[in-house]
Amino acid sequence: MINASLTELRAALDAKRISSVELATLFLDRIAAHNPSLNAFITVDRDGALAAARAADARIAAGNAGPLTGIPLAHKDVFCTEGVLTTCGSKMLSNFVSPYDAHVVSLLKAAGAVNLGKTNMDEFAMGSSNENSHYGPVKNPWDTTRIPGGSSGGSAAAVAARLAPIATGTDTGGSVRQPAGHTGITGIKPTYGVVSRYGMIAYASSLDQGGAFGASAADCAQLLTAMAGFDERDSTSLERPAEDYAREIAAPANDKPLAGLRIGLPREFFAEGMAEDVRAAVEAALDQYRKLGATTVEVSLPNARLAIPAYYVIAPAEASSNLSRFDGVRYGHRAAEYRDLAEMYAKSRAEGFGAEVKRRILVGTYVLSHGYYDAYYLQAQKLRRLIAQDFQAAFRECDVIAGPTSPTTAWAIGEKTDDPVQMYLSDIYTIAVNLAGLPGLSHPCGFGGGNLPVGLQLIGDYFGEARLLGTAHQYQQATDWHLRRPA
Amino acid sequence: MSRSDWEVVIGLEVHAQLNTASKIFSGASTAFGAAPNVQACAVDIALPGVLPVLNRGAVERAIRFGLAIGANVASKSVFARKNYFYPDLPKGYQISQFELPVVQGGEITIRVGEGDKAYEKTVQLTRAHLEEDAGKSLHEDFHGMSGIDLNRAGTPLLEIVSEPDMRSSAEAVAYARALHALVRWIDICDGNMQEGSFRCDANVSVRRPGGPLGTRREIKNLNSFRFLQQAIDFEVQWQIDTIEDGGRIQQATVLFDPDTGETRMMRSKEDAHDYRYFPDPDLLPLVISPEWKARVASEMPELPGAMKARFMEQWGLSAYDATTLTASKEVAAFYQATVDAAGVAQAKPCANWVMGDLAARLNKAELDASASPVSPAQLAGLVARITDGTISNNIGKKVFEALWNGEGGTDANAADAIIEAQGLRQTNDAGAIEAMIDEVLAANQKSVEEFRAGKDKAFNALVGQVMRASKGKANPAQVNELLKRKLEG
Repeated sequence: MINASLTELRAALDAKRISSVELATLFLDRIAAHNPSLNAFITVDRDGALAAARAADARIAAGNAGPLTGIPLAHKDVFCTEGVLTTCGSKMLSNFVSPYDAHVVSLLKAAGAVNLGKTNMDEFAMGSSNENSHYGPVKNPWDTTRIPGGSSGGSAAAVAARLAPIATGTDTGGSVRQPAGHTGITGIKPTYGVVSRYGMIAYASSLDQGGAFGASAADCAQLLTAMAGFDERDSTSLERPAEDYAREIAAPANDKPLAGLRIGLPREFFAEGMAEDVRAAVEAALDQYRKLGATTVEVSLPNARLAIPAYYVIAPAEASSNLSRFDGVRYGHRAAEYRDLAEMYAKSRAEGFGAEVKRRILVGTYVLSHGYYDAYYLQAQKLRRLIAQDFQAAFRECDVIAGPTSPTTAWAIGEKTDDPVQMYLSDIYTIAVNLAGLPGLSHPCGFGGGNLPVGLQLIGDYFGEARLLGTAHQYQQATDWHLRRPA
Repeated sequence: MSRSDWEVVIGLEVHAQLNTASKIFSGASTAFGAAPNVQACAVDIALPGVLPVLNRGAVERAIRFGLAIGANVASKSVFARKNYFYPDLPKGYQISQFELPVVQGGEITIRVGEGDKAYEKTVQLTRAHLEEDAGKSLHEDFHGMSGIDLNRAGTPLLEIVSEPDMRSSAEAVAYARALHALVRWIDICDGNMQEGSFRCDANVSVRRPGGPLGTRREIKNLNSFRFLQQAIDFEVQWQIDTIEDGGRIQQATVLFDPDTGETRMMRSKEDAHDYRYFPDPDLLPLVISPEWKARVASEMPELPGAMKARFMEQWGLSAYDATTLTASKEVAAFYQATVDAAGVAQAKPCANWVMGDLAARLNKAELDASASPVSPAQLAGLVARITDGTISNNIGKKVFEALWNGEGGTDANAADAIIEAQGLRQTNDAGAIEAMIDEVLAANQKSVEEFRAGKDKAFNALVGQVMRASKGKANPAQVNELLKRKLEG
């Protein structure tokens, strides 16, 4: 059961081979056994999970089960959960019990999914390694001396180590895809606006997007289908008919199931900067895609190199404003002693935020300041448009774009903590996708040195989620990387 | 140097609270006076993860305002964040509009002064934009701490910014009054100044006539027309005195203290915030389609300017009368209804009654025209009796008092009932009037002699005597004519 797919779990639950309570207990016990070494969870909600599982069992018994009824999952601690601690990985919110559910959380509750707990993350989703959490770093299940990626590192590690079959995440610059790649699982970030941001604690509002982790594309497709949908409480939520993101998940019709698919390979992604072990795994995966009938074509994203500078203006600018509400006045951390209002603000925020969060607030405040706004923020917005145009030009020549998810495999904990810019560069292949608002997916495609997973990123045109998932699914039907588990 | 050597330059920023039932970005109620923090939902208190959703009713009111002042209602405008820390600003930023406001330009015509010195002036508006209000900090009753009430946080405001077109406190007050009447007229704001629904900030500077603009100081949060006038007058004198004493005006924000009648500095330009405005990524640009605008336009009431022009052009009223009668929505509606009942030929006498006895009575009773105990139809009935000679104008005043006191019932013909019941019908019987004149002349030889000696006043005294003898019922015109004939004959 631990390694079962969602389809298998559904069948077992429906056939009463296992109850939801038994299934939840199985995963809760695994969390109890392995979380001390992995640190993937900040909060484990055993009582809440078992209560939800009992309700799910009643629903199953009554014949009212939906696809996710009784299925355990974990939420990234960026999603507000009613009555459950919601920290966003920060000391600032270390005492914050949310009085309401995020839209994603309420959708999954309504679907009957069983929330096991809240996963560790980089503080306020700022980071690529999960070392920026107030609750300590998450360990990569493949090698616990290494990072799992970030910022959704807890969710990725939990799914990779089978502490939960599926998990939610958020992706602002690669925070679903990159940790999925580093932990050997599948993760998808949909088109901006597909998943409601209501109740998802904002880092950079114009880039943040909820996403799904699973062992396979098929599992991700089911979770995404349950998470997505228009929400009138989020003005940037897209008003479109509900979609079944699993509609292209199908058994291969023949030995060339991907015939006709044009895969674009951005010249800039295959230039220098990619580690050799990553390159080898990615090239092998592309060979596999060609075997499945796809053709590959070189495309160009000439402004992609500007994605990191543009991102590190826009995201901190929005973050500096989004995080202003954490002032110690109404909730969250407040300094124990202060002489006046200014000192209360200064001490509460100085104590409540970690170094990377402070760094980004400072950068964001600077780039929005009078006299600098045009040179930084407006300029970055122009780059953003150019980057989006590059993708549109590329999609005239191909159906999906493929490349490495990250330039290297997971690095050692502590290796890049003294060099933020090196850390930022690790997101070089994922960030442009957020700037353009496109959907992106990472699936495992082999192993590099040290038996560390390598991820392949597939980028789709707007609303191309079902196609990305269907494409990855065909690859996974022909390969077994996604079935490999850490020891 | 005297004050006349200086020219005063004033621009106003008015915050009009829009009368929507719910807040501009949340579903919480905007009702005034609730217990602290009971009307603040998750969005208003800025819990982690919450998002704003724009109230289209607030937008609709902004469109109405834009149409009313002949402004450009922007097809696309943008909400921006104004960032600063304050405990009653829960998000640490206010959602406002900065570079692209919803209403651009426009103008309002005001009438300043009274009598022969009255003049009209058109004030240009710079813009009007939508924004949310902050909460309130309460500094008393908390034992040295401050209390925060977030009921007001998120209440929709329209900030209406004028060009620096006003040249005196009188002009500023006339503009503020015209604006106040307008927002109530088009029903976007209740105009309640005590509750803070209509607040004025005045930017004031002085300069040599024709010279470059002086440095301005902004007087914040004036919540009555009287304070607006007092604050500007004090500020102008202070600025003139300061300059004439060799000082310089520093750009600053000041507060007006109604107790002392003085303005005092709140913060200088050096202390001003850098608000780090940028487009709010949680809200899409506000798009107003031509269809939306057309629908709002089709639902607009006749505006005061158009009504005033109609009163002058079609009904023959003077500019003064037409301005006075359109100064408030309620008075205009009352007057229109009175003329509707009395007929257009009676427009001028109806105007005199509405602006005269009715206005005085309403003012004394502190009622607005919509609450008048005398209905438009009743007033029209009274005017008709004066015009057709049934009663004199003076008796009309008596009948009006009776109407006001509810005598004569609630019917439209109440005036007739009072005239009949009290026997107030005018005497047009020339023989009877002549007889009364003869009696008066006989009893007032002194006045007759004075008149003949050229004192016109004596004539009026004699008319008065005759009217008194008739208990007011004699037709005054007839009395005049017959008396004149007797004296000259």
